[in-house]
Amino acid sequence: MIDVRGVEQSYAGKPVLRGVDLQVAAGEFVALFGANGAGKTTLLRMLATLARPARGRVVLGGFDLAVDPQALRAVVGFVGHHTMLYPELTAFENLQFYASLYGVEPARARCDALLEQVGLQRQRAERVRYFSRGMQQRLAIARAILHSPRVLLLDEPHSGLDQIAAAQLDALLHAEAASGRSVLLVTHDVQRGIALADRVLGLDRGRVVLERAAGAVSATELAELYAGGNGA
Amino acid sequence: MRAAMARKPRMLRVIGALLWKDLLSELRGRALLAALVVFALLTVVVFNYALDLERTVRASVGAGVLWVTIVFTATLALNRVFAAEREHALHEGLLLAPVERLAIYFGKLLSGFLFVLLVAVVVVPVFALLYDLPVARPLNLAVLLLGTLGYLLPGTLLAALAAHARAREVLLPVLLFPVAMPVILSAVRASQEVLAGSAWVRIAPAFNLLVASDIIFLALAVLLFDQLVDA
Repeated sequence: MIDVRGVEQSYAGKPVLRGVDLQVAAGEFVALFGANGAGKTTLLRMLATLARPARGRVVLGGFDLAVDPQALRAVVGFVGHHTMLYPELTAFENLQFYASLYGVEPARARCDALLEQVGLQRQRAERVRYFSRGMQQRLAIARAILHSPRVLLLDEPHSGLDQIAAAQLDALLHAEAASGRSVLLVTHDVQRGIALADRVLGLDRGRVVLERAAGAVSATELAELYAGGNGA
Repeated sequence: MRAAMARKPRMLRVIGALLWKDLLSELRGRALLAALVVFALLTVVVFNYALDLERTVRASVGAGVLWVTIVFTATLALNRVFAAEREHALHEGLLLAPVERLAIYFGKLLSGFLFVLLVAVVVVPVFALLYDLPVARPLNLAVLLLGTLGYLLPGTLLAALAAHARAREVLLPVLLFPVAMPVILSAVRASQEVLAGSAWVRIAPAFNLLVASDIIFLALAVLLFDQLVDA
């Protein structure tokens, strides 16, 4: 479902990704760890078509980024550092707007079902400007899965959430993976990532240096991963 | 309940959604329209006070004042329409969607056009009153529409480009004014002739140049916007 081979990228002459290979199967939940500057966000943005690889091949849901980026976009849901929600629109209007962009039919029923699923049906007609960070993040997840994508990419979706909101988000992500989506989660919260994922990957200075089943990864390996990235 | 389906979104539906979203956001936030109307009214009133126009030069100078007002208003609107998307990385939400890039261009073009028209609805009658000029002549209204559109066509293209720059508010007019000069000059000339009551034979050269500029800028936008956005 996610098939990345030999991807390279550099900014201002500095290599950020150096021959990354990554495969995630349908219904699999993978957590991606790494210190700041390891290339996690760049990789995720590349998979979401917000950046282009200098070299290598990216295939998501059977669509090649270099050949058919438009078709690839239709099978990807992305939650980044920003919620991408319009503050002056209500929760429902935001979803309705994105439903139009993704050609979702029937839009009204789908938006209402998702608001129910993320626990925001009561706030349906409230403007996003007045939402807490947790509510905005839940709505951002609803936005990302609105078009039933086969691949879900999440870049630190728990940041800024309190414990209750983070637990609600965990339940939601579990359900998404169980429904057959491939989920790739970037997080600094190692405990949470291991608890959620089937498999974990470690990225260090643009290379995948660690790959384990979630239950098999050791604290020492993770400590080394973060120590290496921080130049220790 | 029937399962929700994602289909290839139709271009017109996407353009309509963008327009609806921009209008709704503006009506609720009131960040842009009020500022544009105040700015445009101020320009018209200050020029009227400063110039104290004789009847013989009123049409030629008045046309200039009208177009200075429209051009500056449109520039402010263009900057704001794209800056609003950038503030919360909202443009990334648009770029992630499987939509034709041209739909985003036309959505933004129409939003800018609508905002300038809404300002014009308030400002043009005030202008007509202060300058005592027949602004409501159908041919002058056609010049106003074509000129505004002609300015916004390259403006929307360049605003999308400038939106990524740090000094975008300064960069947009620097890039746009030279490019849009044929539109501005032909619009001013056409308005001068129409407001002075000239015959079509005197209006036609400027009017035709205006139409030709609109067509060329539309063609350029269709050819370039994809590459510009995905670069």
